[in-house]
Amino acid sequence: MLALGPIGFTAPWLLLALVALPILWFLLRAVPPAPIRRRFPGVALLLGLEDEENETDKTPWWLLLLRTLAVAAVIVGFSGPVLNPESEEAGDGPLLVLIDGTWSDARDWQRRIDRIDALLSEASRAGRPVALAQLTDLPQGALQFQAADAWAARLPSLAPRPWVPDRETVLTWWNGIGADGFETFWLSDGLEHVWRAELSERVEDAGRLTVFESLRPILALRPAAFVDGVLQLEGTRASASGAIEAAVLAHGLDPAGTPRVLARGPLRFAEGEGEAQIDLSLPPELRNRITRFEIEGIRSAGAVTLADDALRRREVALIAGRDDRAGLELLAPTHYLEQALEPTADLIEGALEDIVLANPDAIILADVATLSPVEATELLTWVEAGGLLVRFAGPRLAASDVSRGEEDPLMPVRLRAGGRSVGGAMSWGEPKGLRPFSEESPFFGLAAPEEVNITAQVMAQPDPTLAERTIASLADGTPLVTRKRVEQGQIVLFHTTANAEWSSLPLSGLFVQMLERLAVSTRPATPTEAEMAGTTWVPDQVLTAFGEVTDAGTLPGVPGELLAGAVPGPGLQPGLYAGEDRRLAVNVIGPETELVVSAWPESVSVEGLDVARETPLKGHFLSAALLALMLDILASLWLAGRLTGPRAPAAAAVIAIFLATAGPETAAAQDDSFALAATSEVVLAHVVTGDAGVDAMAVAGLRGLGEILFRRTSIEPADPIAVNLETDELSFFPILYWPVTPNQPIPSAEAYARLNTYLRSGGMIVFDTRDADIARFGSASPAGRRLQDLARPLDIPPLEPIPEDHVLTRTFYLLQDFPGRHASTDVWVEAAPAGAERAEGMPFRNLNDNVTPVVIGGNDWAAAWAVDDQGRYQFPVGRGFTGERQREIAYRFGVNLIMHVLTGNYKSDQVHVPALLDRLGQ
Amino acid sequence: MIQPADLRARAETLAGPLPPLLAAAEHLAATVLLGQHGRRRPGTGDEFWQYRPAQTGDEMRMVDWRRSARSDQHFVREKEWQAAQSVVFWTDRSQSMQFASSGRVQAKSLTARTLALASAVLLVRGGERVGLSDRSLPPRAGELQLLRMAELLSAPDAEAEYGAPETRGMVANSRAVFLSDFLGDIDGVKAALTKAADRGVKGALVQILDPAEEAFPFDGRTIFESMGGTIRFESQKARDLKDRYLDRLAARKAELRALSQLTGWQYDVHHTDRSASAALLWLFQALERDH
Repeated sequence: MLALGPIGFTAPWLLLALVALPILWFLLRAVPPAPIRRRFPGVALLLGLEDEENETDKTPWWLLLLRTLAVAAVIVGFSGPVLNPESEEAGDGPLLVLIDGTWSDARDWQRRIDRIDALLSEASRAGRPVALAQLTDLPQGALQFQAADAWAARLPSLAPRPWVPDRETVLTWWNGIGADGFETFWLSDGLEHVWRAELSERVEDAGRLTVFESLRPILALRPAAFVDGVLQLEGTRASASGAIEAAVLAHGLDPAGTPRVLARGPLRFAEGEGEAQIDLSLPPELRNRITRFEIEGIRSAGAVTLADDALRRREVALIAGRDDRAGLELLAPTHYLEQALEPTADLIEGALEDIVLANPDAIILADVATLSPVEATELLTWVEAGGLLVRFAGPRLAASDVSRGEEDPLMPVRLRAGGRSVGGAMSWGEPKGLRPFSEESPFFGLAAPEEVNITAQVMAQPDPTLAERTIASLADGTPLVTRKRVEQGQIVLFHTTANAEWSSLPLSGLFVQMLERLAVSTRPATPTEAEMAGTTWVPDQVLTAFGEVTDAGTLPGVPGELLAGAVPGPGLQPGLYAGEDRRLAVNVIGPETELVVSAWPESVSVEGLDVARETPLKGHFLSAALLALMLDILASLWLAGRLTGPRAPAAAAVIAIFLATAGPETAAAQDDSFALAATSEVVLAHVVTGDAGVDAMAVAGLRGLGEILFRRTSIEPADPIAVNLETDELSFFPILYWPVTPNQPIPSAEAYARLNTYLRSGGMIVFDTRDADIARFGSASPAGRRLQDLARPLDIPPLEPIPEDHVLTRTFYLLQDFPGRHASTDVWVEAAPAGAERAEGMPFRNLNDNVTPVVIGGNDWAAAWAVDDQGRYQFPVGRGFTGERQREIAYRFGVNLIMHVLTGNYKSDQVHVPALLDRLGQ
Repeated sequence: MIQPADLRARAETLAGPLPPLLAAAEHLAATVLLGQHGRRRPGTGDEFWQYRPAQTGDEMRMVDWRRSARSDQHFVREKEWQAAQSVVFWTDRSQSMQFASSGRVQAKSLTARTLALASAVLLVRGGERVGLSDRSLPPRAGELQLLRMAELLSAPDAEAEYGAPETRGMVANSRAVFLSDFLGDIDGVKAALTKAADRGVKGALVQILDPAEEAFPFDGRTIFESMGGTIRFESQKARDLKDRYLDRLAARKAELRALSQLTGWQYDVHHTDRSASAALLWLFQALERDH
């Protein structure tokens, strides 16, 4: 095979014929086009004239060039040109194809399979035995060297796994093979792994190593974190070069339970940055429904991170002391708490024992002084297990002896007897403001507004631990909020009330922020191994390497210890695991995962994945030659002056076809002319059914109706237009007449989308099954069945047979029958709303709704309306005078219909006329 | 001895083309309103001209007794002088007249014959004598002469590529009409007109041309052949010839016009795609003129 750049030739000696081209050139030049013989009496006058241009007997150069090119294309075509001919690489001996098969491979898995296929077919040609191993799915025992074809048959069953094998497994496997003396092709996933260097060293020991790597950037998404009320997502990538912008999608269920994209945000990797961050600020309602985040357009488990309970809305229990002031809502101890927490948390109310059993995330006690011993014990156990107890002071707490002498286990500090009142009528000093929050405080960073002041509080007993337990204090340094950690949980005390009695804190936005901060700090952290010991977690959903979430099916449960490590592997598939009370996500990419580009030793040759496919070009060259010869025919005819008479339109048609296939501009121009024709005047339109007879009838019918409208009303429609649902814009037309034929093709999904838009935006479709003479509406005539098929995807409201007070009965003429060529009474329109009532003093109901989007009937209206070019009726209607009367009523129905479409409920509004007149009169 | 059946067959063969040609000619002739064809002076004729008092020398048989009886004078009834004129026609029978550039126009020869016969119809109705200039049909009056003329005009065409006017049958001081495309050698026309002028014959030249001969709508490499195929001309790029061809055609027309003016003839060009009645009207007026 001869290769010229990327093109090779299977029969290169044929190219020698190209030498003959110059000869051909001269031959063609020498032979002029055949002359036309014409009988012409004027020849006597021509005698003696001489041609001015002596060159004209030779073919023009461009025609010669065309012909020469055609011949050249034929010669080249038959010499068997091949794009990217596969050059054979030398190689022999056994071959090992090693695949990483991790999640990072998933993105271009098909290219990898193609590459392996190419490698295998090469090996097959060279007769080399091949073994194939996937590091994430290691074969048992020694390598099996088989014929390459046997492996090629197994390629479709290979799939990447959503994890990375650990070092021990990989190295143990390699040592277990113990083989030597084979060449290795390693399809790497492009990432550095702990075992990469070691393994490559050993592989090189066994024989020559060639690495194939994709050059595509590898992106991954770390688990979402909830920071400062926003969702923080961090993307990471392997190579920091180049600026990339990707989109992060948040998937979840919408309120109807349908999976949707709930949010979307850009992830911008700046040049040189390996990481990019995006903050998604979502309303809690939305946030709680998020099931997973993913980088758009990347099919890889690394680009997906599952959301677990950590992002969910928390349960908060509110418990107030005895409520003895029933009805005074603003004074209720929990009123402001409810207001503050309602939007962000699920509130639970009830008796304390029940609440503790429900295990909420937080319990708030507003001015509750004493608890029964049982309650106290249960509460303490709950707090120790990780609960957050928030208490608010109040008159009762101040009056009680709780935490006086010694610290109550459910109080963060000891309290002094009584309390303090500042700035009141009977006290010294001014109401106290807040001191800025210290750095240790969870409230650090929140601004303390000046208008917040405290007039009364309970005082903490000075203790050695008081300073560290204070997380907010007044301007004079007295503690306002104290906190104590109890094992996993914590107890927080606000030294003032939860209502506005003692302070204006609950009235400020700061209150909400403080509660949020406190609640945020209660979100479940990554569970420790000890905590998880002994538990079993059942996989609920698992993630494939391609980033698809699938049902876990019957996968076995996973011990909690394994889950605590959260490193996915063969025993722990990434996915969502359900425990007793919550669900944990195991993601491919952990919060700390770094992606590093794999580094290979100098001795290893690294190639790309691209397989340059052999593309035979013979067909292309031959069709080019054929095309050139066709052009030559036209050009020759034109040159010889024979492109006249009947040939001219044919040639024009051929050229037009060429241009039409080549130029989208013409289509756009046609669109414009269509739009202009449809919008310059009112235009009635019908849907093209594909049945020429029915279409012609529809056009004739609309033309006839248009003439009647022109004559009798102020509507002056232009000629009707046939609308192709697949290609034409619908929104120009007030009405679409749609005759239904039994064998009409169902429109495409896009056409239905347009039709639905049309219906929603006020369009009307008149369906006519044209079979009212033989079938009642809805019964199973072929056209009726077709209508059901056609209308099923349409957004059609409930229908009813046209009621006698429908606005269609009086938009122009007063009608009660709607005959066409047939006189069935079955005409259906949008149903009136259920509550419509008869207007006072009017014979019809008050139906001020939209234009009915559909009118369905089978009376073959178009046939009754149809007139030919001379204005004569095309189809007979009925017999004699009654027939003519029926046609007249049919026309009147048409007039009413168009009036209804164009004026909407105008006539329906007439029910208000008495009321308006009445009002005007006064 | 010709058998009657044979005679009849031959008669029908001959009569075959006659009715269409004659019918076409009559149809064409009907479009021209026949005007007064009298001489506007007393003479021999059928039409009454005037009564005049009998003079000395008038023969008695010339006296109109019915008029004279009403008065004391003798009156002589005079009639308008209706001198019958002889008009001979020559239509070009050569091959070049067979040409019709497309199916929409008729061949030039057919136009020429129709025009000739239509004029003959008109003239015969006017009492003139018509004939052919090639001595095959001496001028005579009457409907029968029209039939004879139609028969001769329908005869097969000549073999020659281009024709020259015949003058052998031309009677002195008569009139003549030559219908041809006049694309051939002009010397024949010149000779015929000279001869006609010598004999005091005046008349009309009608040049009948096909629209293609005026427009020359040809292009590309073309071999032009005469209708008989004996003359041939090859062009590599016919479009380039157009201007020069049109110049030559204009020159030919100018030559014909000059020639006819010189000899006192009338000259007109008729195109086969135009209505023949216009040409007929012109022809009739041309014959009417200058009597």
